[in-house]
Amino acid sequence: MCLAIPVQVKAIEGSEAEVELSGIGRRISIVLTPEVRVGDYVLLHTGYAINVIDEEEAEETLKLFEEMASLEDELERGSP
Amino acid sequence: MKFIDEFRNADLAKAVVSRIHRRSKRHVRLMEFCGGHTVTIMKHGLRQLLPETVEMLSGPGCPVCVTANRDLDKAIALAREPGVIITTFGDMLKVPGSRSSLQRARADGADVRVVYSTLDALEIARENREKAVVFIGIGFETTAPTVAASILKAEEKGIRNYYVLPMHKLCPPVIRALLDSGEVKLDGLICPGHVSAIIGSRPWEFVTTDYGIACVVSGFEPLDILQSVEMLVEQLEKGEPRVEIAYRRGVKPEGNVRAQELMNTVFEPSPADWRGIGIVPGSGLGLRKEYGNFDAELAFDIEPGPTLEHKGCLCGDVLRGVKTPLDCKLFRTACTPEHPIGPCMVSSEGSCASYYHYETV
Amino acid sequence: MKPSNDEKILLAHGSGGRLSHDLVEKGFLPAFHNPLLSKLDDSAIFEAKGRLAFTTDSYIVTPIFFPGGDIGKLAVCGTVNDLAMSGAVPLYLSVSFIIEEGFAMSQLKQIVTSIRQAADEAGVKVVTGDTKVVNRGSVDKLFINTAGIGLVPDGVDISGSNARVGDRVILSGPIGDHGIAVMSKREGLKFASPVKSDCASLNRLVAEMLEASKEIHCLRDPTRGGLASTLNEFAVQSKVGILIHENSIPVRDEVRAACEMLGFDPLYVANEGRLVAVVGPNDAQRVVRRMRQNKYGTEAAIIGEIRQEHPGRVVMRTRLGASRVVDMLSGELLPRIC
Repeated sequence: MCLAIPVQVKAIEGSEAEVELSGIGRRISIVLTPEVRVGDYVLLHTGYAINVIDEEEAEETLKLFEEMASLEDELERGSP
Repeated sequence: MKFIDEFRNADLAKAVVSRIHRRSKRHVRLMEFCGGHTVTIMKHGLRQLLPETVEMLSGPGCPVCVTANRDLDKAIALAREPGVIITTFGDMLKVPGSRSSLQRARADGADVRVVYSTLDALEIARENREKAVVFIGIGFETTAPTVAASILKAEEKGIRNYYVLPMHKLCPPVIRALLDSGEVKLDGLICPGHVSAIIGSRPWEFVTTDYGIACVVSGFEPLDILQSVEMLVEQLEKGEPRVEIAYRRGVKPEGNVRAQELMNTVFEPSPADWRGIGIVPGSGLGLRKEYGNFDAELAFDIEPGPTLEHKGCLCGDVLRGVKTPLDCKLFRTACTPEHPIGPCMVSSEGSCASYYHYETV
Repeated sequence: MKPSNDEKILLAHGSGGRLSHDLVEKGFLPAFHNPLLSKLDDSAIFEAKGRLAFTTDSYIVTPIFFPGGDIGKLAVCGTVNDLAMSGAVPLYLSVSFIIEEGFAMSQLKQIVTSIRQAADEAGVKVVTGDTKVVNRGSVDKLFINTAGIGLVPDGVDISGSNARVGDRVILSGPIGDHGIAVMSKREGLKFASPVKSDCASLNRLVAEMLEASKEIHCLRDPTRGGLASTLNEFAVQSKVGILIHENSIPVRDEVRAACEMLGFDPLYVANEGRLVAVVGPNDAQRVVRRMRQNKYGTEAAIIGEIRQEHPGRVVMRTRLGASRVVDMLSGELLPRIC
C-alpha cells in the first residue's frame, strides 16, 4: 500500500489540515506529522500525511539529473 | 503537479537511461519489492528502456497479494455476521478467498463499504452506533501507523463500536525470509519508498551486511526508479554494495519517528501468514493487549471455514520472484481481472495485474 | 391547497389517475411543448424516409446533480450522441422516468427543465414518455430511460469495424472531465476551479465533420470505460492495431491532479461530451481544423494511428518513449489506494 502523493498544506486546524494538489483541496489528518507548518509539502497516504517533503533534497535531486543530462550530452557530442 | 511532473521529465529520463547503458557491464538481477514500483515500471515501460545486462524481478510487496486465504476467509466470515459493517480499502473487495470474496458477500447482502481512509471508517462507526464497524487492516508499515492513529482516536473519542481486523505485515522480515529461502539470487534490491518514509533506511542494512546485496530506497515516479537502477548499477560495478537513499525528498535515515511511536504503541510484532511463503515469525502486527477491545478477532467468534488453495495458481511463486506471470498456465486464460483466481491478478499492484494491464509489445 | 415548496412525488403520481395526468399536463407538457407530445396519444406518429437509426439507454448516475449538469441533461446528450455516432441526424426522443416515492417535485422540475434545454440545444424533440413511481428504496431517487430515433443521410457509413491501416485517430477534447466531476462530488474533493462535466450533444459537431470529409470511418463517444475502452472496441471490431501517443492526449491539469488524488487513470474515466473519430489520413488535418471551429471541438487533436501490427490491441507510446499495451477497462473503476 505505497501510493502517497505530494500535497501542499494550506491551513492547519488542530490535528487536521487542508491540503492542495494543483488547485484541488482535501481535508486530512496530520497526527503523524505534528511538526508540519502551513506552506510545507507532505506525502498524503489514505487521508494522513505520513512525512514532510524535504524541498531542498528535491531540488538537489533534480539538479543531479540535470548534471547527468549535461554530461550525457557532452559524451554524446564528444564521441567520434 | 509539484514534485510529480518534474520526476516524469522525458529528457532527464533519457539522460539517466543513457548513463545506465554506459555504466552497466555486468549482468545484474534487481528486484523491486514494492507493488507500487512494479506499477510504475510497467506503466511507463521502463524495462524496455534498460540494457539487457539489467534484469528486473518483481517481489512480494503487494499487501493484498500476500494476504493468505485463511485471513481473507476471516474477513469474509466477519462480513456475514449480523450487525457488522465491514470497511475496507478498495483493493480487497474482489480478492477471492477459499470460497468467496468481500464483493460476493456484499452481493449476498453483507454490509461492505469501500473507504479511502480509516478516518472514513471512524465516521461510519460514529454514524452507526448500534452496529460494529470493522476495518480490514491490511498494508505494510506505510499504512499501519494510520490504522494505529485511528485506534487511538477511537479511544480518545469514546467510539466503542470500531474494530480492526489486523492483517498488517512488515517488510524487512519477509525480505529476510525470501533471501534465506535461497530461491532467488539477487544482486540489488529496490527498497519500498513509502515504507521507508516511515521506518527509515536503517532497517535495510541487514540486506547488505548479511547478504551482500546492494540496496537503494526509491521513490515512485519514473525518474525515481531510473535513478535507483542507476545507483544500484553503480554500486555493483564498483563492487561496493550498501544502503543508499535515492528518494531523499521523502525518506530520512531514521524515518518518521512519530509514526513509528504510534505504530508501536498500538501494535506489536506477531507471526504472519504470507501467501506463497508461509508463516514468517515477527513479520506481522497484532494489537497489543491494552488495545484488545479494538481487536475484531477477540470481539467476534470468527469461523472462516476450511482453507482451500486454488489449484494451478502460481501466485506464491510469482510473489517470491521465482516465476513470472507469463509462466502461469492460468494467466490470461482462466485467470483474468474479471475472473481472478489469485490475488496477484486482482490487486492493482499485483504482478499479474500489472503484466495483464501494461503488457509491453 | 397550494403545493408547498417541498412537495413530494407520491405513488399516486405514477398510477395513471388524476395526479398522473396533473403531473404530465402541468409538469411535463409545458416543458416539452411540441405538437406530437401535446396530442397525448399512446404513441407519437411521424413520417420518416430513409435509413433510420434507433437507440436506447438508461441513466442511473449518482449524484443526480453534479457540476456541469444533471441526470436529465445527461439523458438527452447521451441519447443524441448515440445517434450522432452512427452519423445520424437525431430527431425524436422518448423519456421515461422511474421515480422513487418521496422525490422532491422541485428537483423533478429542475431535471425536466434541463431535459428541455438540452433537447432545444440539440434540436431534438421529446415526443413521448412515461412515468412510474415506485416504493421508497426500490430505486435510487430517479432513473431515466430513453430511446432515440434519427435519420442517417445517404452515403454515410460509419461503424467501429471500418477502421483501415493508415487512418488517423482524432479526439475531440480533453478526457476525464465528466467522471472526475461526478467522482469528486462523491469523494468530497474541493476545487479552486471546479471540474465541470463535459456533458454535451455532439450532433452538430458530427454534421460538420461529415461535411468536411467523406473519409470518416468510425465514430464513438468514450463514455463508461473511457478512451481506452473505446479504442479497444475499434481495434477488435476492425481487427487492426492502434497506436496512440501519450503526449498528444489532452487532459486538464485539474483532472490530472484529481486522478492522482483519487487513484484513477484518465484513460479509463468516463466522458459525456467527447468523441473519438477514425479518419482517412489525407483528411485528418482538415477534419481537425473544422472541429476546432465548433465549441465542442476547440481542443481536437490527432492522438494516434491505425496500424497492421498487434491487431485487436491498443498500444501507447509513453512520454518516456517506451511502448505499452492499453487494455480495456476490467471490472469497475476501483480507485487505487495502494
